[in-house]
Amino acid sequence: MADYSYTLLIILIPFFVFLLLGLFGNRWKPMVSGWIGTTGLGVAFILSLITAYQYFFAGAGEAYSKIVPYDFVWLSFTDTLQIHMGILLDPISVMMLVVVTTISLMSHWFSLGYMKGEVGFERYYSFLSLFTFSMLGLVVAPDLFQMFIFYELVGASSFLLIGFYYQKPSAVAAAKKAFIVTRFADFGFLVGILILAYFTNTYDFATLTKPGTTIFANAAGITFMGASAISWAMGLIFVGAAGKSAMFPFHIWLPDAMEGPTPVSALIHAATMVVAGVFTVARLFPVYYFQTPDVLILVGYVGGFTSLFAAVIAITQHDIKRVLAFSTLSQIGYMMVGLGVSHYGGEEGLGYMASMFHLFTHAMFKALLFLGAGSIIHAVHSNMMQDMGGLRKYMPVTHITFLVAALAISGIPPFSGFFSKDEILAAAFQTNKLLFYTEYITAGLTSFYIFRLYFNIFWGKDRKYEHTPHESPMVMKIPLIFLALAAAFVGFLPFHELVTSDMKPFETVTHWNLVIASVSIGVLGIGFAWFLFKKENSKPAAIAQWFGGLYTITYHKFYIDEIYLFVTKKILFNLVSRPIAWFDRHIIDGFMVGVGTVTVKTSDKIKGFQSGNLQQYAFAFVAGALIIVLSLLYYIG
Amino acid sequence: MDFQYILLLKHEILLTLAALIILFVELFLPQNKKRNVINISLIIFAIVAFAGFIPTAQGNLFGGSFQGSRLTDVMKDILNLAVLIVFLQSTGYLKKSENADKMGEYFALIIFTLIGMDFMISAGDFITFFIGLETASIPVAGLAAYDRYKRKSAEAGVKLILLASISSGVLLFGLSMIYGATGSIYFADIAKNITASPLIILGFIFFVSGMGFKLSLVPFHLWTADVYEGSPMNITAYLSVVSKGAAAFIFTIVLFTVFKNITDLWELVMYALAVITITVGNLFALRQDNIKRFLAFSSIAQVGFVLLGIMGTGALGMTSVVYFMLVYVFTNLAAFGVAQAIYNQTGVETISGYKGLYKTNPKLSLVMMLALFSLAGIPPLAGFFGKFFLFTSAASHGYFILVVIAALNATISLYYYLLVVKAMFIDKNDKPIAFFKSSGLMRVSLFITALGIFVVGFASGIFEYIMSISSSIF
Repeated sequence: MADYSYTLLIILIPFFVFLLLGLFGNRWKPMVSGWIGTTGLGVAFILSLITAYQYFFAGAGEAYSKIVPYDFVWLSFTDTLQIHMGILLDPISVMMLVVVTTISLMSHWFSLGYMKGEVGFERYYSFLSLFTFSMLGLVVAPDLFQMFIFYELVGASSFLLIGFYYQKPSAVAAAKKAFIVTRFADFGFLVGILILAYFTNTYDFATLTKPGTTIFANAAGITFMGASAISWAMGLIFVGAAGKSAMFPFHIWLPDAMEGPTPVSALIHAATMVVAGVFTVARLFPVYYFQTPDVLILVGYVGGFTSLFAAVIAITQHDIKRVLAFSTLSQIGYMMVGLGVSHYGGEEGLGYMASMFHLFTHAMFKALLFLGAGSIIHAVHSNMMQDMGGLRKYMPVTHITFLVAALAISGIPPFSGFFSKDEILAAAFQTNKLLFYTEYITAGLTSFYIFRLYFNIFWGKDRKYEHTPHESPMVMKIPLIFLALAAAFVGFLPFHELVTSDMKPFETVTHWNLVIASVSIGVLGIGFAWFLFKKENSKPAAIAQWFGGLYTITYHKFYIDEIYLFVTKKILFNLVSRPIAWFDRHIIDGFMVGVGTVTVKTSDKIKGFQSGNLQQYAFAFVAGALIIVLSLLYYIG
Repeated sequence: MDFQYILLLKHEILLTLAALIILFVELFLPQNKKRNVINISLIIFAIVAFAGFIPTAQGNLFGGSFQGSRLTDVMKDILNLAVLIVFLQSTGYLKKSENADKMGEYFALIIFTLIGMDFMISAGDFITFFIGLETASIPVAGLAAYDRYKRKSAEAGVKLILLASISSGVLLFGLSMIYGATGSIYFADIAKNITASPLIILGFIFFVSGMGFKLSLVPFHLWTADVYEGSPMNITAYLSVVSKGAAAFIFTIVLFTVFKNITDLWELVMYALAVITITVGNLFALRQDNIKRFLAFSSIAQVGFVLLGIMGTGALGMTSVVYFMLVYVFTNLAAFGVAQAIYNQTGVETISGYKGLYKTNPKLSLVMMLALFSLAGIPPLAGFFGKFFLFTSAASHGYFILVVIAALNATISLYYYLLVVKAMFIDKNDKPIAFFKSSGLMRVSLFITALGIFVVGFASGIFEYIMSISSSIF
């Protein structure tokens, strides 16, 4: 077996960079911190590429094996139920190492220009490193426990990054929202892990995902509310995954999280944290497929619904980062659909392969879109589409790279998105027609909204700019160009030989009718966007008018946030929290305080020891004991 | 009697000696050197606490009335450690001029309660248990009223003693019923003869009520907020960690050994108590502004989680409880330490008063944030591991719904812990608390607690050691 011991460095370098910058970052000039962070990540990136080369191409084996270069038992409950910490290398984790380090390196690099001069520059870089460390720890986790720990660490570090502009109240609110929503989902994950471990007696991925394993026999026949115990466990784990991947109905945190710095959005909200959920489902795919096909179908439908829903919203948004945020939701929906419609093994596992492929290509072109958006925001100092127009003259590099990414996401050959999206559609076509048509329509919407963005930003009339927009500095252009090359060409990678559900390569068949269909709907979307937005005109407004209420509802993101707010603020707060707070304030505190404010003199006597409170407490004590006795006696008959 | 049998009582003997020495030293120190009693007491107690870690024999004394095992040693060591941290944090409070005449008593009283707790933990019969319990609770009333010139503190002391005596009365009543039904006061004999007869159920619930009072389980918790708010803050810290820890230990031991045969029955009771305790504690904590009341309600919720560990029974249940209390010592004392440091300097004890603290006192804010995140159970801090094992313990007996409720509550708790973090780090304040340097000993204590929050979670050896010894009581 080849030596993979150096992979530990990939994980540890960002961690040490984090410690270094966190502890000593304020000792030297901010730029030094930036370069330390970027260099550290550069090394991790190169090591990841070496790992990928060694894993995929150096050995000419038929099937890839699961390699565990590092593994130590952290804690053992029993002989089988043990918590391990270590590194697990298999096709998806190696692929994720490349994705995470690539995008992280690009964000580091881009930030050197974008964040220059910000207060807390070194703090920003130490957070970036912490986030990268957490994400890398997540993808190489050999068992569910380590994965969960890093899941939460990812949540905590993204909280720090989104809230980086802590002087801005909206950024802070967004950070809190993201943290609490994803944590809420993580609690599902935790309970799911506990249920799974209870029945299977293991946390270990290799044991859980072995095809034909018998460890699920313990759970046979155990059902709760109509679903089997393992379905509950896997469903709850999917809840955790859906939280991180911002699937409906947990999607509400992602658009708000755009308050964070733009390179952070590129890193967290395009390529890494949001695909953690997809990665989790893929990691446990054999369990989903063999043990709980019902949950896997749910995964597909949740993904399908989210992708359509988010694409519709993306059409109406004016904040360019928000359009991209909803676009991300939509694309992650695609990946979930890919997994949901997939079978196991060989060509049947096309959906799985396509999903991972799309994860990979999406990371490249979506990070590029975000960084491009960052470059634009850097130039015009606004997020709003109304403040942009005709920028192609001023920012040629940003323009071309953005166009490449837009073509990639629209699925136009030969750009990368075409290959992966087409395979998801092909997989869906084979197994689930409803999901196929949903994704097919979404593909059209996708190219429409992305070119709406493109035409509005780069074409049309110039706006009144405070100063003439200028192209970004070289340090920001390099990542754009690098990612544009990636977005253009990674589609040619032979994924079906590299990342497959059973780790064996298979041959794909090209379905020409599907290719033609998907390309033509992409082109149609672009054409429609061109017709409406190429030049400033009254057509978009007329259409918005024509759709009337529907447009308003969509613009307000179907009022999902308002519904949440209503439930939490109005219902929970008023019906539960407020009466209790009232009870606390008026009965417990208020008995002394409240009376005291009315008549100070009498309160002096009441406030003392004979307040009556004590008797109440004693009464409650004895009554509580008696109620328990009575209900217990009643219960046991 | 062999010398090594005496060593079974090493914790109790050492503590008694320590308390007596401290009292004598204070008596004979000249008036102008009275302040030295603080440092002398700290040194003596530190020696005692470390001596407790020396392993000694195990076995029974006094015909089974006193049981010493590795597990009880660990429990006592955890309590010693907690008290040591409390002492380190109290120096600022004791050096205030109004406390000049009662410094020795402070240490002696706390050590006396500790002796009571140690006897309680090692009890082999209900008489020893009850005497230990009372020894541990009567001096506490004096401590709660330590600021005797402040009305709130005096009120807290009186409330505590009155309500504690009611709860002790109920508890004793319950014990006499169990004695009546089984004809023995010895744990081992009762365990053999216990059945789910109505008399035993009544006695058992009265026992649970009495212990529920000490642990502030809902509905026996009403004293908690008032007493916590009224007492001096170091005493509040002591109450929330040491008193609760000792009660949780003995409660777990008694449930696992004495009431083993009616496990199904008490699991039912613990289930209900866990749900309401966690939920009520959380909901009340949501709206508190006074940091002491806030931590009081949060500690009610935290102890509710302990019941989940108890539901697991067996070695895993025992281990998860002991481990959680160890984590809790560091976590809660870190939070209280910061609150005390601020209070001693500025008199601020409201969360809204903490606004903008990060700008002026970043280190204190960071320790507070660590403590709160650990309380909320965010990995990789120790609090997460503590909760995780409690959940695992309950899940290992199939109580998934309970785990769901508890995990949901843990999530909700993040919300109010974040409120404090937000106040310190984000909220603007025109007049934030000015920068100050807390005393050296306080900083030592905060360093220890912060270290504990990081290390206890990752040092799996601690959990495994407790696991390996925790079956010794069965």
